[in-house]
Amino acid sequence: MKCFIGIDLGSTTTKAVIMTEDREIIGRGITNSRSNYDTASRVAKQEAMIGARFTLLRRNLKGNKKLGDRQEAFLDDLERNFRREQFVEQLDDLKATCLRSSEGERFDDVRSTLTEVLDKVFVQLREESLELFAKGATRKSDFFRDIAGGRFLSLSEEISRDAGLKYDYALNVYDKSIIEVENRPPADNLEGKFLNGLQNLINESPELGISFDDVQGPVKDALSVELEETFVVGTGYGRVRLPFPKEHIRSEILCHGLGAHMMYPGTRTVLDIGGQDTKSIQIDQNGVVDNFQMNDRCAAGCGRYLGYIADEMNMGLHELGPIAMKSTKAVKINSTCTVFAGAELRDRLALGEKREDILAGLHRSIILRAMSIIARSGGITDEFTFTGGVAKNEAAVKALRELVKENYGDVTINIDPDSIYTGALGGAEFARRAVMEA
Amino acid sequence: MATREDIITRCQALYDDLDFTAARDWKDAKEGRHVIGFMPMYVAREIIHAAGMLPLGILGGGDQLEVIQGDAYYQSYICRIPRSTVELLLTDRLDFVDGMLFPSICDVIRNLSGMWKMLRPEVYSHYFDVPQNYMRDVGGEFYMHELNVLRHDLEKIGDITITDEALKNSIVVYNENRRLTRELYKFRSDTPWLAPSSEVYLINRAGMLIPVEDHNQLIKDYIEAASIEDRPKRDNSRVVVSGSFCEQPPLNLIKSIEMSGCYVVDDDYMLVNRWFTKEVPTDCDPIQALSYTFLEASVKMPSCFEPDEDIKGLYLVDTVRENNAEGVIFAAASFCDPALLERPLLQDVLNDADIPHISFKYAENTGQMQPIREQAGTFADSIKLWS
Amino acid sequence: MSAPVRKPSTDVQKDASMAKQKDMIESNFNRLGNVKNTGEKVSYTFVPGNLNELIMCFDMVGNYPEINAIQNGLRKKSGGMIMEAEKWGHSEDVCTYVKSDIGMMRKGNIGPTGLPIPEPDILMLSYTGCYTFLKWFELLRHEYKCETAMLHVPYTADGVITKSMTDYVVKQLKEEVIPKYEKVSGIKFDIDRLRENMALSAKAEDDFVWVLESAKNKPSPIDAYFGGIYYIGPIFTAFRGTELAVDYYKTLRSEIEERIRKGQGPITPEGEMKTEKYRIVTEGPPNYTSMREFWKMFYDEGAVVVASTYTKVGGTYDYGFRHDPSRPLESLAEYCMHCYTNRNLPERTRMLEGYINDYEADGLLINSIKSCNSFAAGELMMMREVEKRTGKPAAFVETDLVDPRYFSAANVKNRLESYFQMIDQKRRAGV
Repeated sequence: MKCFIGIDLGSTTTKAVIMTEDREIIGRGITNSRSNYDTASRVAKQEAMIGARFTLLRRNLKGNKKLGDRQEAFLDDLERNFRREQFVEQLDDLKATCLRSSEGERFDDVRSTLTEVLDKVFVQLREESLELFAKGATRKSDFFRDIAGGRFLSLSEEISRDAGLKYDYALNVYDKSIIEVENRPPADNLEGKFLNGLQNLINESPELGISFDDVQGPVKDALSVELEETFVVGTGYGRVRLPFPKEHIRSEILCHGLGAHMMYPGTRTVLDIGGQDTKSIQIDQNGVVDNFQMNDRCAAGCGRYLGYIADEMNMGLHELGPIAMKSTKAVKINSTCTVFAGAELRDRLALGEKREDILAGLHRSIILRAMSIIARSGGITDEFTFTGGVAKNEAAVKALRELVKENYGDVTINIDPDSIYTGALGGAEFARRAVMEA
Repeated sequence: MATREDIITRCQALYDDLDFTAARDWKDAKEGRHVIGFMPMYVAREIIHAAGMLPLGILGGGDQLEVIQGDAYYQSYICRIPRSTVELLLTDRLDFVDGMLFPSICDVIRNLSGMWKMLRPEVYSHYFDVPQNYMRDVGGEFYMHELNVLRHDLEKIGDITITDEALKNSIVVYNENRRLTRELYKFRSDTPWLAPSSEVYLINRAGMLIPVEDHNQLIKDYIEAASIEDRPKRDNSRVVVSGSFCEQPPLNLIKSIEMSGCYVVDDDYMLVNRWFTKEVPTDCDPIQALSYTFLEASVKMPSCFEPDEDIKGLYLVDTVRENNAEGVIFAAASFCDPALLERPLLQDVLNDADIPHISFKYAENTGQMQPIREQAGTFADSIKLWS
Repeated sequence: MSAPVRKPSTDVQKDASMAKQKDMIESNFNRLGNVKNTGEKVSYTFVPGNLNELIMCFDMVGNYPEINAIQNGLRKKSGGMIMEAEKWGHSEDVCTYVKSDIGMMRKGNIGPTGLPIPEPDILMLSYTGCYTFLKWFELLRHEYKCETAMLHVPYTADGVITKSMTDYVVKQLKEEVIPKYEKVSGIKFDIDRLRENMALSAKAEDDFVWVLESAKNKPSPIDAYFGGIYYIGPIFTAFRGTELAVDYYKTLRSEIEERIRKGQGPITPEGEMKTEKYRIVTEGPPNYTSMREFWKMFYDEGAVVVASTYTKVGGTYDYGFRHDPSRPLESLAEYCMHCYTNRNLPERTRMLEGYINDYEADGLLINSIKSCNSFAAGELMMMREVEKRTGKPAAFVETDLVDPRYFSAANVKNRLESYFQMIDQKRRAGV
């Protein structure tokens, strides 16, 4: 099967989309961008491939008598079990790496205790993984580093203390190892993980009343389809770092324009707010870019602004929006400078302003900057599509809707929950065109 | 008689009104009236007045204006006043203004004159050049020509003739305004506890927005009302604020300086209202009088070339001495070329004269005052320790 | 008196003009470095609105602080100098030419080539199209306590030069500039000598304009921005009005004639550019600290700059101005007022529009310079207007003149690539 792949290397996350020759999207993957862009793109691609396998499996299971209407639930359970297999595999890798890291001379005096501590930590982590991926459990992130890292740190602190070992040692070993693990190309053996996951699923859910043999056929079929990497197009901020030949690289402006056009063909203006840049793109009826503007040197209009605010308030980035939504009256935030906004925020808190009102003001302020960039590129023409990580933030979306209405009147505003994949989608379409319309 | 509170309430309302209602009302009150806007530093308001028109000072958008469109016209490294001014234009807040004058204060305001021509080709806009050569037959001649160009342009706009007589009358009124402004400054310098900087500032800002005759009365009323009040005198340090002549600091900043223990005894917030250090004579050709007075009796400020190196920067030392000030606060708008390029030179002159100083930057919409309060407060304390 | 020249370089033939240019620029630094021995008097002045023909009448050697900053930028020395100036209280917000110069002074005034820059005998403050000039020389005067001549060149705010403006400048020349030069140099002003110099200027200017306009050819034989920076060197500085400059532009012209005959593209640091894919007009000065890197982002993509406004900061000769020996002082005055940054925004916009049409360009690139408000304030409006009038797309990047902290290669490259790809995509779509 021909696969056309778009990879968008963003400053925070790397996304991949797989498209068939019929322009059907069969897989999407996302991972955190790391120092090694090559690995990030491989991981994102593999994640998309996993997604594609699930898509194929869904097709194969259609009408499966044994599963009946439990097909979706079954797929969800399978994915969960698969993720756990994946997690455990990485956990094992992290453990092996940690042990290797502790072979250094400076650990000579404490090695045996340290090894003991590490053993205990990983036993515990492995046990917790069952809970972590249990039915109905939620995880704070999909990325290994986020899930395993936090737990490793708190567990090792506790266990080190009990063992009379300075916490620094475990910390040190971890810091070194996690980077190594993260930057290692992803392991293969998808089939093994699928089948293990399937076995686990059957073991944990006898009530399903299905046996391994009932479903292994469709699973194996889905896994055996050859997914040919027909053409890959890389885009995004990190694209120049990819070891791709030039014809496999497109600017993110072009990809975002085309991606937005594919999601909403009526789009004429696209606003993308990512971690490090904000872009406003004007496209024609074919998704061809007419004009674009990006934020200037200043970070105030970017996602990073919110990240900074979250750090200042000691909160998670995803918590900002919901709190801001509780506001009844947005405080006017004057500082367009990211760093100054932090100071202004503290000033306002000291003056007794409500946290949600200040946050609402900050969201409005980031969107104000975006409005300026839109104005620079020629304003908003119906329809308007908003993409990027910040498009997931409801408070930002609210501010945007208000400001668009104030400045441009009634305009159709498209926001897709998966808009983070817009650039990769455009890239995949460029890949498809490169082959199919060459 | 109006109370001090009444006067300040009126001025505050004028200051807060980003729609310039007072000027609109003035214009609507009589058929054929015109309003001419001008940007900071200096324009010859006498000529506008002599044409029967209202000179309207446009000093940016302050900290209450949300700038959206204006930001689309400027990079992040350009000061804020042009972007808020463009915002005022594009949001139709200046749609009643019949002409705009852009003094030669810096390249940003200079270029804004061209932007205005392109954004509003149907509205009169004029770059008001002043001479940097101070010889009567050189810079003086050139400036007389410039003043006459403005005179003729306004005659065309108003379909009127500006007589020498009218000009002389206007010079008299503005001489009075400058005299009263100086009196107000002296009043504050002598008794700063009776005339807080924020009030003096609001009185001056009102002068940018209402007819000069009205403003003359306002200053008189204020001084009269404020001087009979009994307000507590605090143990503040006496400082001069320098560098705020174009983009204006927010009112909160002006208040913060005082609240942190400094009496501001002189400043350069706006200069057009006391640009001339002596009266413009009325016993000769009025255009020539305006021109020569400009050459020979202008305040010293960074946008004007100082031909004499020996006295460069001493104007700041002089004002410190004259007002018995103990230090200087350099408060410049971010990215303000004139203020920031002049600053090291002035600091050098102050160091030679053993006058302490501190400096910070602001924008007209600066929101956080804590750092400014801290700096000004520490400065006030350290001055007391030194003396 | 003409500047002494080093022996001609023995570089390969095709680079004869390049070598000549390098020698000329260096010879002026040598001359400056040697005034202790020669006893020559030194005049500092700026590029826009410079009065080189007049300064030469007083046998003085010209020092151009902007050129020092540029040369220090190219040699990656400016960063340290800027920090030095900031240490002395200069704001991070202001022009880095000034700070580079002040920093150099504070560090002992060793020029970019390693030779000392002598103190000025006179500061010729030609206040033309840039407000910072005024402060810059006030700052230098504060250090050197030397004679300073101020020439206020009125801004052409209405797009015209009036008699009053010309009279004003001429009078300043007569009553302020010339008397001060006579006093400092001890040489009486000789208007015929000025005429001779100006005649030579005009000669070189003809060839210079021909060179700039050669970019109308397809492919363009020159790059009018990155290459143009070298071409403007002599005529914008100490060599305008000399036989040397006449000679240089003649040589340059014949080289380019040859390139046109052969259908060759411009010479880049990596050799001749083979395929011309994009023809671009640029607005704004370049970045000097990473110029090679910046240029590479163009020629790697097949982009050639066919016209630039930066090469007009020292005079808009392609709009017809020539130094006119028959009315020397008036002509000098007009020269000053004609410089690019002394023109108002409507005029500048018209120029950009004209370049895009006349040079059949694919679009406009604005390199917005943090240091330079004279250029930068209003560029975003000009960009929109040019797009509207020509229907050609524009792009906007931000860098600085000589502050290495303000050149983000990844950022600039990202935008340029996106821009070129956009042009390409539009072409394919037949837009």
